[in-house]
Amino acid sequence: MRIAGFSLDCERLPAPLPIWRATVRAETWRVLARGVSEQGGRLLALWASDCTRGAAGSLVVSSAYVVREGLLWLDLPLGERRSSYPDLAPIFPCAARMQRAAADLLGVTADGAADQRPWLNHGAWPAGCFPLRHGALEKNSEVAREVSDYAFVRVEGDGVHEIPVGPVHAGIIEPGHFRFSVVGEKVLRLEQRLGYKHKGIEQRFTELPPLEAYRLAGRVSGDSTVAYAWAWCMALESLAGCRVSERAASLRALLLERERVANHLGDLGALGNDAAFAFGLAQFSRLREDWLRLAREAFGHRLMMDCIVPGGVAMDIDQATSDRLARQCDLIEREVQALRQVYDEHAGLQDRFMTTGRVPPELAARLGLTGLAGRASGRAADLRCDQPWPPYDRLAVKMSTQGNGDVAARVAVRFDEIEESLRLLRLLLLQLGEGETRSALRLPAKAAFGAGWVEGWRGEVFVALLWDGEGGANAIRRCHVHDPSWQNWPVLEHAVIGNIVPDFPLINKSFNLSYAGHDL
Amino acid sequence: MWRILRQITRQGLCSEPPPECSDAPRVEAGRIHDELLTILGQALAVRQVDAGSCNGCELEINALNNPYYNIEGLGIRFVASPRHADLLLVTGPVSRNMALALRRTHDATPEPKLVVAVGDCGCSGGIFGEGYASCGRVANVIPVDVTVAGCPPAPIDILRGILTAVRRCRAAPG
Ligand code: SF4
Repeated sequence: MRIAGFSLDCERLPAPLPIWRATVRAETWRVLARGVSEQGGRLLALWASDCTRGAAGSLVVSSAYVVREGLLWLDLPLGERRSSYPDLAPIFPCAARMQRAAADLLGVTADGAADQRPWLNHGAWPAGCFPLRHGALEKNSEVAREVSDYAFVRVEGDGVHEIPVGPVHAGIIEPGHFRFSVVGEKVLRLEQRLGYKHKGIEQRFTELPPLEAYRLAGRVSGDSTVAYAWAWCMALESLAGCRVSERAASLRALLLERERVANHLGDLGALGNDAAFAFGLAQFSRLREDWLRLAREAFGHRLMMDCIVPGGVAMDIDQATSDRLARQCDLIEREVQALRQVYDEHAGLQDRFMTTGRVPPELAARLGLTGLAGRASGRAADLRCDQPWPPYDRLAVKMSTQGNGDVAARVAVRFDEIEESLRLLRLLLLQLGEGETRSALRLPAKAAFGAGWVEGWRGEVFVALLWDGEGGANAIRRCHVHDPSWQNWPVLEHAVIGNIVPDFPLINKSFNLSYAGHDL
Repeated sequence: MWRILRQITRQGLCSEPPPECSDAPRVEAGRIHDELLTILGQALAVRQVDAGSCNGCELEINALNNPYYNIEGLGIRFVASPRHADLLLVTGPVSRNMALALRRTHDATPEPKLVVAVGDCGCSGGIFGEGYASCGRVANVIPVDVTVAGCPPAPIDILRGILTAVRRCRAAPG
């Protein structure tokens, strides 16, 4: 069939969103990438798998592209004893770190890649050992190793000095290392070093019972637990050919939109605080707490962990709860509107927000900025609008975009999205639909692929699963989970150039990227 | 400005324990506040270290700063440097990549110091367990005084964990 102008031998996965999978050869790997890029498509994820024991019989590199028709998942088997493949970074800059991660985990390298420094391996395992290859871990002795040095890029020049920050940061934040090169207060360059939280999640997925592993998915990034659980369950359901009921889908969307609102409320408060407006933090954190407390009462968990399960959802809500949830939407809407006016009219706040940490639309397009931050830089993409899957297909989601790409734009998108999510929540509560909350799911007795794709509050979350049901194996052979932070972290390095060091926390918060979801 | 003031006065103080007992967490918070003051009689400086969590625990620790719990009002402060800290609040299974940083942070904290491990991951390694990149529970890397179970524990439980550590330290000085 023809996708993105190419005729490919594709298989459509039985997922609620249009997702195709195809196997390609090394010659077409870059041709396809260029074709996707020329049509305005984007690279969603890149990962590698050890399929030496599967049908491919070798290591496989995979990429996932977003094109107009949907998602295109391409597999490139490397062939016997080969471990390199054509570099995609010149076409999609965001590929660079994903390729470095694949090199650390599976020992596959992008031919001629400009940056081949390790990314996730800080010395915790020996350089020649690749933890996601079969049998690699038995050979890896358990002794703790020394942390290896990392070759940061140095900026030379008169009066340039370096400020290293982290991995342990000054607030209640996740760990990561930032190396600033500054002149006076002005940032000339920022270089990030991430991977501190790498705890081997993808390996762990293959060790857990397949029907239990959704709990791990919900703990890839705690602030996006609903998005990950949904994407993961969607992947498992797609490989099992299981359809969830209308009611289960509506309840999932209810949870996802509540997660979006919870995070936006938290961020708007923190952004006010980072601009020395403590009032904002006090007000928004109060609203967030009210929001979480009702989540605890309605769904049994403040962050709504483990509410989405394979086949559907773990809970249902009665009319009384539904009314309370709807009432809270009205209440929060009024409060947020009042606070938006306060934010908009506060000269000091606007002064800190406007033109700070700018990513102009052209730069955003070139670097592949995605999700919420992308929409604040004119990138009109939101899966809920572009590929509306149930129940979004009946909700007509309004996308919010801004063109300035500064902190103010990212604040504005958050305000708009809260409003829109509250509208969606009320619509969902009016009509949750029928059906059992949890459908039976039978895992296949053969090898199968599954994929899940969801617009979380930060951006697109993607999950790819390789299932092995042959001969009663019943195991997940490979699970790749992708966070939109992979795309956006490198753009943050650009966003701070020319800003002053004290504005970094504000800029960083306005992106609010995930360390856990990236480091895995 | 007028809007800000109006919002502040309209909201009033929400950290006070309200008279009705239906809102149990708020009453509980009030009780813990009183107790902390009697035991401590001074400010407590807390350094939070995320050693590899999923960030869920951080969200709930952050929630302690909201007006409902209002722990700063009590004299518990989150500080930026371990050198100013009396207590380390550590989350996550300790990733191998964070083990050294965690050990260094612990070394930099002046004696007498307390360590509270927060969350199922901090207590036992949680769902991540031990593996090629995870050292498991916090106690595998630095000595731990008190653990707070939960995934993530509710803010009030984290507060209770801090209080327990302080109380133990008072009971057995040195
Ligand atoms: S205890 Fe739960 S919330 Fe806390 S870090 Fe572990 S998985 Fe995340």
